[in-house]
Amino acid sequence: MNLQTIAINNLKRRKAKMAFLTIGLAVGIATIVTLLTLNRSMSGDIERKMEEFGANILITPQSNGLNMNYGGIGLGGVTFDQREILESDLQKIKTIANSKNIAAVSPKVLGGIRVGSHDLLLAGVDFASELKMKQWWQVFGAVPQSEDELLLGSDAAKVLAVETGDSVKFGNGTFKVSGVLEQTGSQDDALIFASLRKAQQLLGKEGKITIAEVAALCSGCPIGDMVTQIAEKLPEAKVSAIQQVVAGRLKTLEQFNRFSMGVAAVVVFIGSLIVLVTMMGSVSERKTEIGVFRAIGFRKSHIMRIILCEAALISLLAGLLGYGIGMLTAKLVLPYMAESGAAKLVWDAAIGIGSVLLALLLGILASMYPASQAAGMEPTEALRAL
Amino acid sequence: MPIIETTSLQKEYGRGRESVAALRGLDLSIAAGEFVTIMGESGSGKSTLLAVLGGMSQPTSGEITVAGERLYQLHPEKLADFRAANLGFVFQSFHLIPYLTALENVMLPLAIVKGKAAAKRGAALAALARVGLGGKPERLPNQLSGGEQERVAIARAIVNSPKILLADEPTGNLDSRTSEEVMMLFRELNSAGQTVVMVTHNHENGAYADRTISLKDGLVVGR
Repeated sequence: MNLQTIAINNLKRRKAKMAFLTIGLAVGIATIVTLLTLNRSMSGDIERKMEEFGANILITPQSNGLNMNYGGIGLGGVTFDQREILESDLQKIKTIANSKNIAAVSPKVLGGIRVGSHDLLLAGVDFASELKMKQWWQVFGAVPQSEDELLLGSDAAKVLAVETGDSVKFGNGTFKVSGVLEQTGSQDDALIFASLRKAQQLLGKEGKITIAEVAALCSGCPIGDMVTQIAEKLPEAKVSAIQQVVAGRLKTLEQFNRFSMGVAAVVVFIGSLIVLVTMMGSVSERKTEIGVFRAIGFRKSHIMRIILCEAALISLLAGLLGYGIGMLTAKLVLPYMAESGAAKLVWDAAIGIGSVLLALLLGILASMYPASQAAGMEPTEALRAL
Repeated sequence: MPIIETTSLQKEYGRGRESVAALRGLDLSIAAGEFVTIMGESGSGKSTLLAVLGGMSQPTSGEITVAGERLYQLHPEKLADFRAANLGFVFQSFHLIPYLTALENVMLPLAIVKGKAAAKRGAALAALARVGLGGKPERLPNQLSGGEQERVAIARAIVNSPKILLADEPTGNLDSRTSEEVMMLFRELNSAGQTVVMVTHNHENGAYADRTISLKDGLVVGR
């Protein structure tokens, strides 16, 4: 028999009231857990989507351009003072402060070639990193495994009238078409893809690249900072951020996050009020009982401990229950909230621990006033008979 | 050596013109081992006197010494400790805690003192046995008769071996036969050396006491 026994037995006696109290607090905690989990799960979903979308930083050579007109008649533009990026310079990208946020770097060399009577654009790429970046590519056939193999964009294949397995002659060599891309609707449809090394040889640009795409995609990645960091490492190159759409989505998610926190704060406030009002009612109902405790020698601190122990037990239960309900709700709601059906529910131990601690904190804080009221009761006031 | 001594004890409720004097200069002396009943009509101040003697209601003026302590010179928390160590209370309506068993109710005063659980349980069982309820320790109050509840209340009051047992109308809610049994129990406890101070309006109960103090309008009118 100790103070905890008194608290536990009282909770057992007032099952309905304590269940109401627990549910009130649990709903608040569940709301927070649901919103936080949804937010994290949706962030993960967008991260994955961003990786599928491809690059978000583009590195091109520095150049100066001039638009010419004469007497109001446009004469087109000219590019001059075009600089080049060395393939070896790309290694410097890995030394930037945010290098851990870089998912892939895909260098390319571009140049015009003549195949038969057709002028086409040859793109030398590192197929491994290119495929990582362009996960939407559908290849009929296979991705080139050697320097004598090519991958053709759908329009290029049509122009040349070739299919997977055919041969194409240009430069000084004959190349086998290992695969053809399904139409993408992008510039890739018109390109002939070869290995970076072979294309550099064919175009006479050994060790040089035309552009490089960088996938640095994750929610909260400081894209702007990374652009600056890369630009500092590659002064000869122009570094630009792309994929503003995805960044916009992240911004929307951040706004949702703030809105969620606002809603959660209101719900938690209401939960705390429920705890406060119920505990005040409980204390009022137990006046006589508290008077007996005081009369037989319980100190004020003993009364406080009984009330706060009850609050802590209820809060602990509410925290666990709230976490469970919150995760279940998030699991049920996530498919409707996320853009892709593949969105995964994020199980975060920190949310679990945090929700229990928050419940304990709120429950105990909201019970402090009722507990101090109870502790302040005089025995004679409580025991009217005396 | 008196165990309770009061000098010019006064207690007023309210202030100024609205004040009501419940005790008007009481001089009392109760010896250790005495069984004293305090009698009087309703409003005579007997329950107020018991609350003051029990360290639960500070008098407006006068002095009071209980078990060698000037009660109201103690810090309120020390006064609570004093009650826990030296006083046992039996209330008119028993005031058992409804969600605790008979044994747990008896153990209540021991919940705030250091000691092994087994020793506390042993002391509570002994107290229950002493009041003749050794066979019903696990019953809840609502599973006990009025007389049995009164006995549990007495067991709770004596479990910590208090120097003084204070009882407020302990037979007020009992039938005459059960009242007699309860008064016999108080008599037995007193015979074993327990000081008992009991407030009652039942003159028959006075027969069990060594002495009766009669109050009227906050004054002692007979000893």
